[in-house]
Amino acid sequence: MSDIVIAAENLSKSYLVGHQSAERESYTALRDVLAREARNFARKGLDFIRGRQIVQGDDVEEFWALRDVSFELKQGEVLGIIGRNGAGKSTLLKILSRITEPTRGRVTLRGRVASLLEVGTGFHPELTGRENVFLNGAILGMTHNEIARKFDEIVAFAEVEKFLDTPVKRYSSGMYVRLAFAVAAHLEPEILVVDEVLAVGDAEFQKKCLGKMNETSRHQGRTVVFVSHNTTAVQSLCGRSILLQKGQLTAIGSSRDVVARYLDLNARVSIANGDLRGLRRSGAGNVRFCRIAFFNRNGLKLSSPLTGEEFVILIEFEGSCSERQPARVGIAFFDAWETPLFNCGTEASYDQTLRIGAGDKMICRIPRLPLSAGRYKIGLFLERSGIIEDWLEDFVLLDVADGSFFGTPRNVPPGWEGKTVLVHHEWRRLDDPSTLAIARGFRL
Amino acid sequence: MVTSNRQMTMSTHQTDFVEDTNVVSMNEDNQVLRPAVFDRDHELIIEPGRTERHYWRDLWRYRELFRVLAWRDISVRYKQTVVGAAWALIRPFLTMVVFTVIFGKLAGLPSDGTAPYALMVFAGLLPWSFFATALSDASNSLIGNAHLISKVYFPRLIVPIAAVMVAFVDFLISFAIFVALMVWYQFMPSWQILLLPAFASIAFVASLGVGVWITALNVKYRDFRYVIPFVVQLGLYVSPVGFSSSIVPEQWRLVYSLNPMVGVIDGFRWCLLGGESQLYWPGLGLGLAVTSFFLWLGLRQFRKMEKSFADLI
Repeated sequence: MSDIVIAAENLSKSYLVGHQSAERESYTALRDVLAREARNFARKGLDFIRGRQIVQGDDVEEFWALRDVSFELKQGEVLGIIGRNGAGKSTLLKILSRITEPTRGRVTLRGRVASLLEVGTGFHPELTGRENVFLNGAILGMTHNEIARKFDEIVAFAEVEKFLDTPVKRYSSGMYVRLAFAVAAHLEPEILVVDEVLAVGDAEFQKKCLGKMNETSRHQGRTVVFVSHNTTAVQSLCGRSILLQKGQLTAIGSSRDVVARYLDLNARVSIANGDLRGLRRSGAGNVRFCRIAFFNRNGLKLSSPLTGEEFVILIEFEGSCSERQPARVGIAFFDAWETPLFNCGTEASYDQTLRIGAGDKMICRIPRLPLSAGRYKIGLFLERSGIIEDWLEDFVLLDVADGSFFGTPRNVPPGWEGKTVLVHHEWRRLDDPSTLAIARGFRL
Repeated sequence: MVTSNRQMTMSTHQTDFVEDTNVVSMNEDNQVLRPAVFDRDHELIIEPGRTERHYWRDLWRYRELFRVLAWRDISVRYKQTVVGAAWALIRPFLTMVVFTVIFGKLAGLPSDGTAPYALMVFAGLLPWSFFATALSDASNSLIGNAHLISKVYFPRLIVPIAAVMVAFVDFLISFAIFVALMVWYQFMPSWQILLLPAFASIAFVASLGVGVWITALNVKYRDFRYVIPFVVQLGLYVSPVGFSSSIVPEQWRLVYSLNPMVGVIDGFRWCLLGGESQLYWPGLGLGLAVTSFFLWLGLRQFRKMEKSFADLI
């Protein structure tokens, strides 16, 4: 099939990185310093003669920013690329947009490529808004006529009509970004490569840009490669996504699945050992969560609880302050995409004044677990005497196994697994005699 | 089953997501209606060490960018200055005055034939200052546009060429001074002036060749940034700018012509001052050979390093 527009095979990219030698401090004598400088000079000179790159530092190391990444993309598809900082996302985009070449591997691109790795590339502060539109457009690969044709549309999109003849150095940063993005949004290549450019600008404008991108990719069959840390944007824009970790492709598939995988990187603890000490957290830290464990109604330790069954969470506190102080403890439940579902907080359900010190243990009992089968995340929170003591930034993973909440074989309609809270409810027909008792007094 | 699922989902807050699937399927229909036709030329393979098939055509396709980059540099150049573009006139004019006084009056060097010394100096200064500006701007051009190089793809050769074009505009402006001087001295040029564009092109190519070579090296080894101002400064005295090349002893004339600007400056004087200046043909030939060699070397070096610019800059 020739509708594959981008085919990347074993893409790899390495950089040379220099390090300062660790024993630097020990150079104290002038003689040693001179000797080292002479060695450095000799090395640089040699590199120069051989036509090699000059790298500052004593040790030179090869660093692989990207390693054996392969994927294919069909026409009209929107591919998301997600990963932590330094995972190789930008390197991949730079290769796709021909800014740099790979060290190994190859990419086949069918169609004109335009890349948008930065908003307002080439904007010159001294030039006016009007001039910069033409400058930026030409840099992004548009012809003069093309820009002239779309000029009014661009200006209207950016909402800067009044300031067209003002140098952009006098623009507010919002106006600057709007104008820059407006130019880019009117590009019409067959393949568009976009880096994290939506991180700037206000929420309203971001929405507008996403809408514009969505529209062009759908109605004009444009293929888009999109990098963002905004996982919501990735999910709504991209059909498929790939996950990069340390330069390697670790997941490829539907955006929802890949985003969930990516978010799991943050949820460091699965319940297997229940140790919370290694997690990232904030707070004063005099008393902290140290252990979590799940049980069923019979006191049997669980790794995955069942839907609709009794579910008991045990938490243990440790720390330097064993004095018991008035406290608030909260357990928050999120779905796999970190959307909050519900919260179990002592301020709502503990009927006396709660006092907590290091060494205490508590249990939280949920009589019927209202979660369908799937992966969830738990966040923990502790406040004492009005000060946040411990707030986990990492999540605890909770895998719920399929049980029955309503006493029926199904808990949720298809497509809702793992995305919702189950609430006790009942359905009745109005013409059923037993319903009349409930509906008495309703003005039907 | 599918429809019921969709209806179920439709009635929730997750409508966005479902609309997605609807529109995507609509889009698939569109694709059937207008299948994308791929131009074979647009197939592009990115591989380490691969040279582009359509390098020169790509360069042509991006011609718009030449114009825009050159125009940007020109229009930004004199912003926030008091006299503005007059700087393009003042600098060469003052240089000419100083050279005429020092070489012509104080040192008492001979002019070409009967041409006024000031005219002879200016005819040499024109190509030289073009060459000097073009060379130094072109060799810093890639580093000066680092933000572009690391964020957008375009044929990198555009950047140094645009820099040379900017210098050429300055050259045209100073040419106006020359015309004014000719009127002042009531000096009538002869038919040779028609060949001026040829020599201007040689000056263009000479500065481009060296400029392209240096700018490529400059990205990797910043030492060249310090070499160029020095070369340009020395070159002003080594090239026959303030004096006529006829004062160079005959046996050294050919060696002297290894400097490609010697031939160009002589050519300019020959064109502008008419019969008053003699053209030394072997020297011009040698200068042309040196110019072509640098152009070849520059382009070769540039294309070899072009793909790694973004990593090094």
